[in-house]
Amino acid sequence: MVPLIIAVVVVVLLVVMFVGIYNSLVRLRNQVDNAWSQIDVQLKRRHDLIPNLVETAKAYMTHERETFEKITEARSKALGAKSIAEASKAEGELTEALSKFMMVVENYPELKANQNFLALQEALTSTENKIAFARQSYNDQVLFYNNQLQMFPSNIIAGMFNFTKRDYFEIENEAERSVPQVKF
Amino acid sequence: MWEQIRVNKRNSVILLGLMGAVLCGLGFLLGFAFGGGPEAGWVGIFVAACIWVVMMMVSLFSGDQILLASSRAKPVTEEVHPQLFNVVEEMTIAANLPKMPAVYIINDPAPNAFATGRNPQHASVAVTAGLLARLNRDELQGVIAHEISHILHRDILYVTVAGVMLGAVVLLSQVFFRGMFYSAWGGRRYSSRSRENGGGAQVLIMILAIFAAILAPLFAQILYFSLSRKREYLADAGAVRLTRYPEGLAGALEKIAGTELSMESANKVTAPMYIANPFRGRKAVNLFSTHPPIEERIRILRAMSHGAGFKDYNQAFEQVTHRVGVIPPSAVGSEDSIGIRQGALPTAEEAAVKHPQHQIGDIIRKVNGFRFISCSCGLRLKLPPDYNGKTIRCPRCKRTLNI
Repeated sequence: MVPLIIAVVVVVLLVVMFVGIYNSLVRLRNQVDNAWSQIDVQLKRRHDLIPNLVETAKAYMTHERETFEKITEARSKALGAKSIAEASKAEGELTEALSKFMMVVENYPELKANQNFLALQEALTSTENKIAFARQSYNDQVLFYNNQLQMFPSNIIAGMFNFTKRDYFEIENEAERSVPQVKF
Repeated sequence: MWEQIRVNKRNSVILLGLMGAVLCGLGFLLGFAFGGGPEAGWVGIFVAACIWVVMMMVSLFSGDQILLASSRAKPVTEEVHPQLFNVVEEMTIAANLPKMPAVYIINDPAPNAFATGRNPQHASVAVTAGLLARLNRDELQGVIAHEISHILHRDILYVTVAGVMLGAVVLLSQVFFRGMFYSAWGGRRYSSRSRENGGGAQVLIMILAIFAAILAPLFAQILYFSLSRKREYLADAGAVRLTRYPEGLAGALEKIAGTELSMESANKVTAPMYIANPFRGRKAVNLFSTHPPIEERIRILRAMSHGAGFKDYNQAFEQVTHRVGVIPPSAVGSEDSIGIRQGALPTAEEAAVKHPQHQIGDIIRKVNGFRFISCSCGLRLKLPPDYNGKTIRCPRCKRTLNI
């Protein structure tokens, strides 16, 4: 009788542990997916912001046509991108063009006195930061998830249910890597 | 940080139990002393247990609202301070929280901030007008990251529950003192012979009850304060990990330390919630101190030259304080090196001297529903929320402005 009880208890404990580990793996994987979608949300927000920004700044910055063209071009490239590689390249160009724009803005004191523009500028700074933090958060979540996949005993369950390792987000564009976060 | 989260959840439960025990003990002694017998003691326990259950429910489900209201924090919309909302959202994304915390502004010129709530789904962040006026964007980000770390580590649950419980114990012991005062006063007027002959046992219980009523809140406070200090270091480490920029928080703490203002809206119970001790002009470090010395926190942050991870904070902590690191080993071991983000150079605008007093006034007016209109003569008109007119005349240039 006693061995039977012990066996039952052990089996129940194993099942509970199994369910717990499986659920935590699913939760971590969902967090990775959620963090990834957050990057897209923020990139889209940046695309929506640009026309307004360009419109407001154009009136003041008459000598910066080239800068605006670059921004608009990069934006339409990013919107029309077919593959992830293409999109990330275009987004990199956009980040670069915008940070150049931010530097140029410093030469236009009238623009910096415009309340409307200041609000847009804050929105853009924040969006750039949000993109950077969304990527950072995605990498953090991937780290947690991948760690869990490698650890015993969750690695057994991960193998059984085909939980696969995720890749880190890496910036391919060297120029973007060297650009500090946009800040005014 | 899973370890820390588990510890915080466990501590919250232990604290609830302990506070319950203290309350019941107090109730028993009170009942015994005033009712004169063990039966009344049991009634006292029953009453205390009821109070405890009610308090627990209240602190779990509306503790955050109580603490926010007692700090005179007001919920604000994005229009009041867009930058604050942006920074909170940025940190929400960085911490991967399921929901952005509610944002509150406290109309107080002293710079400070706190977070409260039950869990990441029900959390709030409150900052003072003085903080918003003094800090630049990176520094504000550091402070908000510190508060978001408190949410992430579940410190908010513990502190909220502890705060409400501590408030209850303090309240109860005050009730006891009032009760004793009145009964002593009444006893003198209608002195009954039977009571005076009640014997030494009752006097002893009475003395014990007084003793307990003095000690209980003291004990509860020591417990409350001693635990909140380690959390501050951990939240600092978490903030750096989120922002990847130790100088932001260091600069903010420096500015907070540099102001000589005490917070009017803070009290003994809410003090440990704040990012820095809201009171000034007292001895900085003692047993009851709710916060680690702010200069030490700044030195630790500035010593983080290699990276922005928990490991780097731990190293900096050991190097500065010569004590064993505060970060749980699981957090230190499980991460790769995390680089520090390059800080932006302050622009001419930021480097120029700001006028915090003007800005504080503007923020407070905005929180209170004032509208701002700029006249073309350069004057900025501030309209109170109860102004209903469609136009207003500029007092300087006499132009009529549409609202």
